[in-house]
Amino acid sequence: MNASEPSNPPPNEAVNIMKDNLPARHAVGKVWNVVFLLSTVFGIVILLILLGDISNKAFGYVAIEAKVQPTTLTASGTPLEQLSKDQMIVILEENLSKNRVKTLIKEEPLEERSKDDLLSIVVAEVVKPKVKKSWPLSESLFNKEAVLAEAAKTYPKAYVEFRNWLSRDFISSPQSSDALYAGVRTAILGSLDVIFLTILFAFPIGIGASIYLQEYAHDNWINRIIQTNINNLAGVPSIIYGMLGLTIFVRVIASLTSGYMFGYPNSDPNNGRTILSAGLTMALLVLPVIIINAQEAIKAVPNSLREASYGIGATKWQTVWSHVLPNSIPGILTGTILSVSRAFGETAPLVIVGAATYITFDPNSIFSKFTTLPIQVYQWTSRPQDEFRNIAAAAILVLLIVLLALNTIAILLRNRYSRRLP
Amino acid sequence: MASYSDTISGSDAPAQEIAINLRRQPRLGETVIQGFLFFCGAVSIFTTIGIVVILFEESWRFFGSPDVSLIEFFTNTTWQPKLLEFGILPLLNSTLMTTLFAMLIAVPLGLAVAIYLSEYATEAARKMIKPTLEILAGIPTVVYGYFALTWMTPLLRDIFGKNTVDIYNTASAGLVMGILLLPLIATMSEDALHAVPRSLREAAYGLGATKLETAVKVVLPAATSGIAAAIILAVSRAVGETMIVAVAAGAGPNMTFNPFKAAETITGHIVRISGGDLSYDSIDYNSLFALALVLFFLTLILNLISERIVKAFREEYE
Repeated sequence: MNASEPSNPPPNEAVNIMKDNLPARHAVGKVWNVVFLLSTVFGIVILLILLGDISNKAFGYVAIEAKVQPTTLTASGTPLEQLSKDQMIVILEENLSKNRVKTLIKEEPLEERSKDDLLSIVVAEVVKPKVKKSWPLSESLFNKEAVLAEAAKTYPKAYVEFRNWLSRDFISSPQSSDALYAGVRTAILGSLDVIFLTILFAFPIGIGASIYLQEYAHDNWINRIIQTNINNLAGVPSIIYGMLGLTIFVRVIASLTSGYMFGYPNSDPNNGRTILSAGLTMALLVLPVIIINAQEAIKAVPNSLREASYGIGATKWQTVWSHVLPNSIPGILTGTILSVSRAFGETAPLVIVGAATYITFDPNSIFSKFTTLPIQVYQWTSRPQDEFRNIAAAAILVLLIVLLALNTIAILLRNRYSRRLP
Repeated sequence: MASYSDTISGSDAPAQEIAINLRRQPRLGETVIQGFLFFCGAVSIFTTIGIVVILFEESWRFFGSPDVSLIEFFTNTTWQPKLLEFGILPLLNSTLMTTLFAMLIAVPLGLAVAIYLSEYATEAARKMIKPTLEILAGIPTVVYGYFALTWMTPLLRDIFGKNTVDIYNTASAGLVMGILLLPLIATMSEDALHAVPRSLREAAYGLGATKLETAVKVVLPAATSGIAAAIILAVSRAVGETMIVAVAAGAGPNMTFNPFKAAETITGHIVRISGGDLSYDSIDYNSLFALALVLFFLTLILNLISERIVKAFREEYE
């Protein structure tokens, strides 16, 4: 393009111009090299900050103030843990309203309850500890004295302890309106149930569609529409799928998704806000991505395999079933796991489909109401109190660990796959 | 060859009696399977039809209501369903503001990362950095919402003062969204830069260009279409992104151009209202579908443009 330019000035002058501005050009080059490098580093640093920010809030000191001091409950002042069952029953009967005791007995007679169960009731309903303030991990570690001093000064009645919000209790307890006792068991089970249904619906249909498009479809208008349509569906915002699920699964076929049709007890024929609806909605959401990934995997199977199969007289389906699928299944699985792990963290469509937010019981069938891990994170993050930020952070850590596990499986599969077909 | 034709001609007469039919035999199993596979492919068509039908049907009811007019929907600057004021502008405005902030972060940084990975980084570094950045894209968006609220917002409040920056604000949500979209732009642009033929770079070096000049003045322009497609796709994602804005941008529609004030986006509004208990036949409920319809078309158009650009770009070098 500019080839004629240098010939205009005498050669010597051109060389001089080059020599003059060459250091400047190199300097600019170096500066931008650093800028590009820093941008890349920024991406990695922000990832570390994000993980750090979350871990920072999942552990740390808390100042807890009890409504009733545990030692005042008995005349002798023994700590709660050392009380006998009978003593705890006495405490419950003395301190709780008669109605509450009745409901408790109705659930399970007090005498038959385990000691730990009684203790947790005493703590939750009589002692009623309340988090006054919680400190992040960084302050708790590096500024311990200041934290303890502040706690002693501002909350003289409170006791301060180092709390691991991501405790075993947190994983195994159901949801609660009190951050100290809330857990993610209900949410984890809900997430697993929804994702199980998602895979159940989306995996066979996704593979079927990708086989159809790769192996069977001729290049005609209907198949071109299907292909274009799948590509476009992959770009539709997830919230739109939520609206689709709300209308079709929650409302239109509510008698089916609520379990009313099958005589599921306590089902409302007009309210299909169940695990089944959620699973179906998520299946539609991940389907395009699964299809696109599976198509790539099927495309990678060499044509010679198909031709060899046809050559010995196999039918189309025999070829697909015994040659194409076995050779592409690792790739298909990798793609499916990656899209499922995205679905696992997906929140918006399930908030719309699920709506029910406060669920303390475990889901026991596909017609149960549900909550999921990301919904739980959303709910807790939306609360203004510090302690809910803490349990939200702990729930995020659980979520990220599950996702990490899923992705590790996907990477292992991919590595195995690439070894087999170079 | 001769003996082969002999055998055929020799067996000519009995073959006619047996009448071997060489035409393809109809096989019921194969047809059923093919039918099922076609059905699987058609599920995506039903999904699209479902989306379009429900969005149009409910929006039709919404616009059919005497309290709503189409012109008002696009010109009114208040969205107050309780007062029967339905103007999409405040919601659209904050959607565009968060998108703008996201792009302010994601485009320059994403491009810089792409140039670094494609032109500067060694193969080993590339193999390390790319998956690390992809982790960013794999983190659930609700986690980014948490990050925006508990890290970005306090940071902004420290920098600009607590009085100027609200606890919920569009700037924080937008900036964090930019971090989410950075890997998308980086990887797609990197692919585009990578596809630029080596000969172009070598020609530039041959003319005495420095590495930077080659990257910015030769390789980057050659990959413009791929980069444009990446950016448009990222804009589409930003417009449809829900959880970050639902957590960090604030609840309640607010017509403001101040990025430090709370203002609800289209997606944020839909998820907040439909997450509550909502009666199905109210105008509030129908209004959500009108909003979703606008969102659907906005993202669809952006995706189609991006796809077109990618197609045009492919033809250029293959």
